[in-house]
Amino acid sequence: MGFFFTLLALVVLLGLTWRYLGSYMEAVFDGRVHFFGFVERPVYRALRTSPEQEQTWKRYAGAMVVFSAVSLLFTYVILRIQGSLPLNPQHLGAVGPALSFNTASSFLTNTNWQNYGGEATMSYFSQMGALTVQQFVSPAVGIAAALVLVRGFSRKNSPTIGNFWVDITRCLFYILLPMAFIAGIIFVGEGAVQTLAGTVSIKDSLNGVTQTIPRGPIGFMEAIKQLGTNGGGFLNANSATTFENPTGLTNFLSIYLLLSIPVALTYTFGKMVGSIKHGFALLAVIIILFGSWVAFTSAAEHQNNPAVAAAGIHSTVGNTEGKEVRFGDTSTALFGVASTQTSTGSADASYDSFTPIGGFGLLTGMMMGEVTPGGTGTGLYTLLLYAILAVFIGGLMIGRTPEYLGKKIQAREVKLAGLGALVMPIAVLVLTALAVSLAAGRVGPLNAGPHGFTEILYGLTSQGNNNGSAFGGLTGNTPFYNIIGAIDMLIGRFGIMIPAIALGGSLAEKNVVPESLGTFRTDNGMFVGLTIGVILIIGALTFFPAIALGPIVEQLSHLRFF
Amino acid sequence: MTTVLTPPSADSTGHGVAQARGLFDREILAQALKDSIKKLDPRVQLRNPVMFVVLVGSIITLFESFAHPSTFTWSITIWLFLTVIFANFAEAMAEGRGKAQADTLRKMRSETEARRLRPDGTEELVPAASLQKGDLVVCEANDLIPSDGEIVEGIASVDESAITGESAPVIRESGGDRSAVTGGTKVLSDRIVVRITAERGHTFIDRMISLVEGANRQKTPNEIALTILLAVLTIVFIPVVVTLEPFAGFAGTTVSVVVLVALLVCLIPTTIGALLSAIGIAGMDRLVQRNVLAMSGRAVEAAGDVQVLLLDKTGTITLGNRMAANFFPVTGHTEQEVADVAQLASLADETPEGRSVVVLAKENFGIRERQLDPSHVFVPFTATTRMSGLDMGTRQIRKGAAESVKKWVSDQGGVLPSDLDAIVERVSRAGSTPLTVADGKEILGVIELKDVVKQGIRVKFDEMRKMGIRTVMITGDNPLTAAAIAQEAGVDDFLAEATPEAKMALIKKEQEGGKLVAMTGDGTNDAPALAQADVGVAMNTGTTAAKEAGNMVDLDSNPTKLIDIVEIGKQLLITRGSLTTFSIANDIAKYFAIIPALFAVSYPQLKALNIMHLHSPQSAVLSAVIFNALVIIALIPLALRGVRFRAANSAAILRRNVWIYGVGGVIIPFIFIKLIDLVLVSLHAY
Repeated sequence: MGFFFTLLALVVLLGLTWRYLGSYMEAVFDGRVHFFGFVERPVYRALRTSPEQEQTWKRYAGAMVVFSAVSLLFTYVILRIQGSLPLNPQHLGAVGPALSFNTASSFLTNTNWQNYGGEATMSYFSQMGALTVQQFVSPAVGIAAALVLVRGFSRKNSPTIGNFWVDITRCLFYILLPMAFIAGIIFVGEGAVQTLAGTVSIKDSLNGVTQTIPRGPIGFMEAIKQLGTNGGGFLNANSATTFENPTGLTNFLSIYLLLSIPVALTYTFGKMVGSIKHGFALLAVIIILFGSWVAFTSAAEHQNNPAVAAAGIHSTVGNTEGKEVRFGDTSTALFGVASTQTSTGSADASYDSFTPIGGFGLLTGMMMGEVTPGGTGTGLYTLLLYAILAVFIGGLMIGRTPEYLGKKIQAREVKLAGLGALVMPIAVLVLTALAVSLAAGRVGPLNAGPHGFTEILYGLTSQGNNNGSAFGGLTGNTPFYNIIGAIDMLIGRFGIMIPAIALGGSLAEKNVVPESLGTFRTDNGMFVGLTIGVILIIGALTFFPAIALGPIVEQLSHLRFF
Repeated sequence: MTTVLTPPSADSTGHGVAQARGLFDREILAQALKDSIKKLDPRVQLRNPVMFVVLVGSIITLFESFAHPSTFTWSITIWLFLTVIFANFAEAMAEGRGKAQADTLRKMRSETEARRLRPDGTEELVPAASLQKGDLVVCEANDLIPSDGEIVEGIASVDESAITGESAPVIRESGGDRSAVTGGTKVLSDRIVVRITAERGHTFIDRMISLVEGANRQKTPNEIALTILLAVLTIVFIPVVVTLEPFAGFAGTTVSVVVLVALLVCLIPTTIGALLSAIGIAGMDRLVQRNVLAMSGRAVEAAGDVQVLLLDKTGTITLGNRMAANFFPVTGHTEQEVADVAQLASLADETPEGRSVVVLAKENFGIRERQLDPSHVFVPFTATTRMSGLDMGTRQIRKGAAESVKKWVSDQGGVLPSDLDAIVERVSRAGSTPLTVADGKEILGVIELKDVVKQGIRVKFDEMRKMGIRTVMITGDNPLTAAAIAQEAGVDDFLAEATPEAKMALIKKEQEGGKLVAMTGDGTNDAPALAQADVGVAMNTGTTAAKEAGNMVDLDSNPTKLIDIVEIGKQLLITRGSLTTFSIANDIAKYFAIIPALFAVSYPQLKALNIMHLHSPQSAVLSAVIFNALVIIALIPLALRGVRFRAANSAAILRRNVWIYGVGGVIIPFIFIKLIDLVLVSLHAY
């Protein structure tokens, strides 16, 4: 019953968030919210820009790439010289070049894949000044790119699509910083650690040993970690530790935070294009797919672990190996699905210990392209790419040049949407193939056979989808995995984001075709069904062989699916 | 001289160019078989990325078959080649139908001699091929008109059946909107002087030949977009299949190259890839069958997108002529009296309106046609008197415009009945034309001449509305009359007292609002609007200027056909969309056939995925490949005919097609792959 009430509270809270946060974000991006005007205006002056100076999509994308390149360099340099920087009570040395590159790419791309243990590798300065900074700006960049695509629909005959600097500034000042601040207070209030003092040593008189317990500015980082769908925790064990996730309330808050902005953005979309129904259609796609995956994965984890059952032990509490007993099997499954389908990747359990078919739920959640609801901003624009493909095929089937919200979907749009939707599967498959065929890659997984294959596939799927969740079992901190992982993350980020921005520019230039009875409706159940169909079919067709060789073979070895 | 052109019936297919041929005409079939082998040339295949990949794949398996010969590898290789050949065959079939039509047309372009006029007025005989633009030629009865031109002098009846299929001769005369003549048509009577407007190779027939042959067929915008989608899908499946090799290596096994190629070919969208160009060619062909020539495929596709149809009232919405519908007597007279006098006044009137009065009088009152005495004098209608009638000795009977008849009666000292104006007003308001009837200085009543709305046109407009298309009637009538006819015909809107400028302004206004506009026209003053419209259908009877401005020509000159054109445009897109959906949906079953087979040795557990219970790994792979090839052949008739189209709103059409081609596309291959497997087993092939 506890799980039922958790779910109910989450649904109600997210429903309100969808309506009100969604509406508020529209006001922010339209420039109607000004309460931080006194800091906002100086920022524009310093950047020599203003909300009136709109950019073409090329300039917008250019600004985004420059900003990201500087961010990458900034994070990389801090990690490399952290030994000489302040706020380093543990006197941790420089992070190695390959690991620094991987980590910088990881936080830049909102992936937060961590090939390191935070408490043993990163100084407080690196955690706060490099990684947490990226946890704020990378979701802002994602939302900015989504705004461009949405403006493509809401504007007509327009050569410009907004101003990158203005969009991220507004997003930071009016959305991410205030929300993270409030959430951070709750985390700290519930007992998440927040201190600049170094480690603490405890003499365990019972066993006669001294334990060194790492601490740090954890609580506030935790808030933006979830809110920005980042997922990279301060500590290695992430949300499974009491320092990051002290209570049932913080566990619930974590799930809520990581879903809030991606879900609410569908309302913002509806409001910007002048049809809330269109926003609701996208929300319906999310609810149906997300809901199915939660049901599937919870059911998988609620069953007894087949290996434990084989040993003659009959458990009535589901598959609890590798899970926090505080949270239980189904709630952990919910956390896992929410985390993998929002590109967050935080974890309150060991995903490696999920049943094969439960792990299949997490893995396939990412393989659907992180659109249900996906990361902050990235989820919305990727979902719109799939929707455009659905509209193209559906539109042809009714005998009209396909249109979405009055915008004709023609060769250029199909090219960009197709590219954006398929670059991820190609990157993941090719890099996985590389990893399994090279010796440097083959030493990575802990297990042999199908489970080992799943460990590699999961790692590269997670990075390619900018999720960052780790299946465990894969030794990622090797030059080989650091570098192909970074490539995977950068392709997964910019290979989709740049086509999405270009698509926004191309759509904004078009005139709007007025709606008639002959128009393919994009706000009804048929559209929702077609979009789900396209997401599932593209995911299934591209990943079916790989999935068959990983989790499916493994589960079949247990001779039953449930 | 008055010319009555009988409008050809709408279903006048099967004449002229539009040779109705069976779907699988034997002659075309034989040629198509030959062509499908010729098209194996990789340079030809390169134009179609999907089929090019299949061709490369089949060459790879061919080498494999030589290296490791077995029944299985050879069978796969043969079926992969057949897949390419079937695709070529589909395209060749579509092209063959066009070529057959082109040959018919070519025969018309016989080498004739032309009688060219020298500047001094004398004639010389020159070969038709040497004619230059601007030359003047003389044509008399039984001469073939040597090239396209415009009549500058004279009038003639011309047999245009060669291009329109309509056997009734048409009248062509200098000046006005009926002055254009087409090379290859035949003068039946009289003498005309024609100024040549097109040189050899650029005539109307030359253009028709290249159109129906599809010689310089360019891909249409939606076709390009779809080709890109198919290319993207093809590209993504290459890494999906190629990476299976290292994945298998990690699992400690190897996969055969032949099976990988088979998997790739089954996954890439070969069905739609093979049929795509055939669908496009067949769409153009369907238009030609209805005697419409589209100057570009782009125009056909635009027709499917049209949201506003501008239709001329006369000839499209109403029959060309107004007909007498009622007699209204003024106070002191009966309906019968009006009918009687009206009939007398119309006896000698040979216009359709006049004849309809006689018919109505007979139908309603049994008044039979009376013999006219030679002394009776018919007074024809003129623009100044605006009346016609009969002088029978001293008795003068007139019918005509109310104002003119009133003046005529007043001038004779007659009294105007008090209720006449009210009746005239009422008839006008109903959208009809009132003709006032007078006998001497007595006004008897009014004949109501009604525009007769074409039968069934209302249903057509209802269908258009369901498809979200707005119909606008264009007429020179006053707004009152126009409104009444618009309501009767069921059009959505009308443009009354239309001038060419007003028409142009309306088109531009709709286009600025993002709508696509289609219209028909025939006169020179229609040309700018025809050029501006997204789909401009010029009537073949129209002027050269109109034909050049439009992007389609209707050989039957039947403006109602615009509606058919819209449907063909839609059907073309629906066929492509539905077969794409079908093609992609098919992949699911093929995965379930091939993946378990691929890893049958290393991961026997995957047998659980063999839900079709296919006999052996080899029979499973071969069954999928055979299905993939045969489905192309099975769908050729559908591609050539187009999927069934019924006028309905978008939601209903989509639901239907998603069920048939989407859900059906998932289920059908499971059934047929299983059946093919059973056949292979029964043949003891495996």
